[in-house]
Amino acid sequence: MTSGSGARQTGLIRQRTRSAWMFVAPMLVVLAIVALYPLAETIWYGFTDASLNSIDSARFVGLQNYLEWLDYGDGDGEWLGLLADERWWQAVWNTLRFAFISVSLETLFGMIIALVLNKQFAGRSFVRAAVLVPWAIPTVVSAKLWVWMLHDQFGIINDLMLTLGLISKPIAWTASPDTAMTAILIVDIWKTTPFMALLILAGLQMIPRDIYEAARLDQIGPIKLFRKVTLPLVMPAVLVAIVFRALDALRVFDVVYIMTPNSDETRSMSVFARENLFDYDNFAYGSAASTLLFLIIALITISFIYGTKMDLSGDKS
Amino acid sequence: MRNKTILALGLLSTMLMAQGALATDLSIVHGAVGRDHDVLRAALDRYEAESGNKVTIVSMPERTTDQFAQFKLWLSARNADIDVYRLDVIWAPQIADHFVDLTDATKDIIDDFSPMALQSQKVDGKLVALPMFLGGPALYYRADLLEKYGKPVPKTWEELTATAKDVMDEERAAGHTDMWGYVFQGAAYEGLTCNAMEWIASSGGGQVVEPDGTISVNNEAAAKALDLAATWIGGISPEGVLNYAEEDARGIFQSGNAVFMRNWNYAYALVKGDDSPIKDGVAVTVLPSDGTHSPASILGGSHLGVSKYSKHPEEAIDLVRFLNNYESQKARAIDSSRPPTLMPVYDDKEVAEKVEFIPLWKPVIENAIIRPSAPTKTSYNEASSEIWTAAHDVLEGKTTGTKAVAKLAARLKRLKGSGWK
Repeated sequence: MTSGSGARQTGLIRQRTRSAWMFVAPMLVVLAIVALYPLAETIWYGFTDASLNSIDSARFVGLQNYLEWLDYGDGDGEWLGLLADERWWQAVWNTLRFAFISVSLETLFGMIIALVLNKQFAGRSFVRAAVLVPWAIPTVVSAKLWVWMLHDQFGIINDLMLTLGLISKPIAWTASPDTAMTAILIVDIWKTTPFMALLILAGLQMIPRDIYEAARLDQIGPIKLFRKVTLPLVMPAVLVAIVFRALDALRVFDVVYIMTPNSDETRSMSVFARENLFDYDNFAYGSAASTLLFLIIALITISFIYGTKMDLSGDKS
Repeated sequence: MRNKTILALGLLSTMLMAQGALATDLSIVHGAVGRDHDVLRAALDRYEAESGNKVTIVSMPERTTDQFAQFKLWLSARNADIDVYRLDVIWAPQIADHFVDLTDATKDIIDDFSPMALQSQKVDGKLVALPMFLGGPALYYRADLLEKYGKPVPKTWEELTATAKDVMDEERAAGHTDMWGYVFQGAAYEGLTCNAMEWIASSGGGQVVEPDGTISVNNEAAAKALDLAATWIGGISPEGVLNYAEEDARGIFQSGNAVFMRNWNYAYALVKGDDSPIKDGVAVTVLPSDGTHSPASILGGSHLGVSKYSKHPEEAIDLVRFLNNYESQKARAIDSSRPPTLMPVYDDKEVAEKVEFIPLWKPVIENAIIRPSAPTKTSYNEASSEIWTAAHDVLEGKTTGTKAVAKLAARLKRLKGSGWK
């Protein structure tokens, strides 16, 4: 390659880069307005004493919302602030547990459903549309629906299990601290598995058919075929799907808020933030919680992307 | 974003002003339960005919916590769209700054109003809202079942526990296996705060936070009251009661599966309704006490306040007065079974004839206690969540009454800091 052609190409690339930026610019502006600005404002409010009643007269108070030593004046005192708030840490733990269990099971079930839907059979397109129904129902509606189905006196779930002899007396699913989280997980998994299945199915269909032809000629068994061929090839799609779901699961709000709004066992980080922002008039404290929520999600997502060496830039392909 | 809202509001109000040069356009915001919307619309129609002004209803979600969050957002943005707000009984102290002082404008009529209701709406001498209707919970019971087993109506919580157990066991033995003794509101929300405060106050444990702001809950009577309630779970009350609100409790009671229920007055019209299978067997009485103290019912209800940001405060005050006059309160009592705030309406013959329970509710209202929303000021919601959390922990069996009230007192003390603000 001569230096002349290199210079021409650089000029072309520069021109392309310029037009690419021009096309991207409107989106960046919109993002800055609807995402960056509110985010910056939230972070700012986390360092103030803002309340909804007097949001304009908010004063800067430093890290007080995060951690502060309250001196009683008699040599004694205690730590206050989010980092010392047992309810906040309970909410963090609830959220992480919820996200881990729900995303794991949704990936597993989603994979199974996707493998089935990837096969040719009569009525496949109908089944594909049908499995999407739980995901299409607004969460508020489906959560309310499940609250009634899980009701200890009128609920159909208890009735079924009693009839089948699985339990001897009705379970108060959403009321009992032992089962509240399980109930929420059931609803979330029921609702979001179709989404995972769809994303994984898209990945499966990207795999070239002739690979399977070759495998068939080599007489490779189905389990080995799945482990050695399908899984590695579909993995990038699965990882992207997991990141999407994990982002959602870590922000979980509606299903918890509808089913068990004020339970210590199920309160998620988002529910905690909302409670302080609007119910308790602790706008600053809620903003600080939202900021931490943002940091925690960012941290988990970034370490997941690095840990799995996920390719988000698209350079490799 | 706030600037945009203000701009939009400005445009809107200019349009409104251009449209109504003579008559004024007002708007009232409220959450609709049961027949509230129809009754309010009918009253507004009368007002429109009388004054020539027009009033629009802005509807809100049913859950009061959701309404309150929205109201706070509107008020902090100085929204001039809404002239009159219908406020829950506990909100006045938290948003008093955003409302017009109604003291002078209601001087001539104020003496007829329930003093307890007025007191709950006064913040530092300012009348934030004019009481619209009251609410009070009572003990609903199956008179037919009590008669069948020869039991008197319980006067104390201990009696209630024993009677509920006996009747429940007998009914179950007779083949009615779904029967329960007592249903109430045990979910972790405002309703449990009301229940817990009633148990504690009627057992001599005080009002958790007293009107002067002192935290009084850490005492033996309060602990005992909570411990007794904890014995109900799985005993005379289904375990699911830990996630029950008003309608869950009513569902069980009205389908004939409970002997006793604690519920607000709205339920009366429904359990006595034509489609209710138990309508002939139901009766109501005041809630029990420990026998030595007087029973306590938490005061509920809704009240009308005029926004400070209203463009037409004069007309808005007129509207509030109209909606709370004798005729409007009487119509509301008859059409939607809302206990009035004007005491003379309780003695109105036509009201008593058409809604038999309104006179029945007079003792309930007279035994009312106020939630500590006035002393705890802007911290009330958080204080209330501490109360229901403590009560819920005891009901769940996670802790004992003694430990729970000590922890509750400590948490309230931390919330109070150097003083409620």
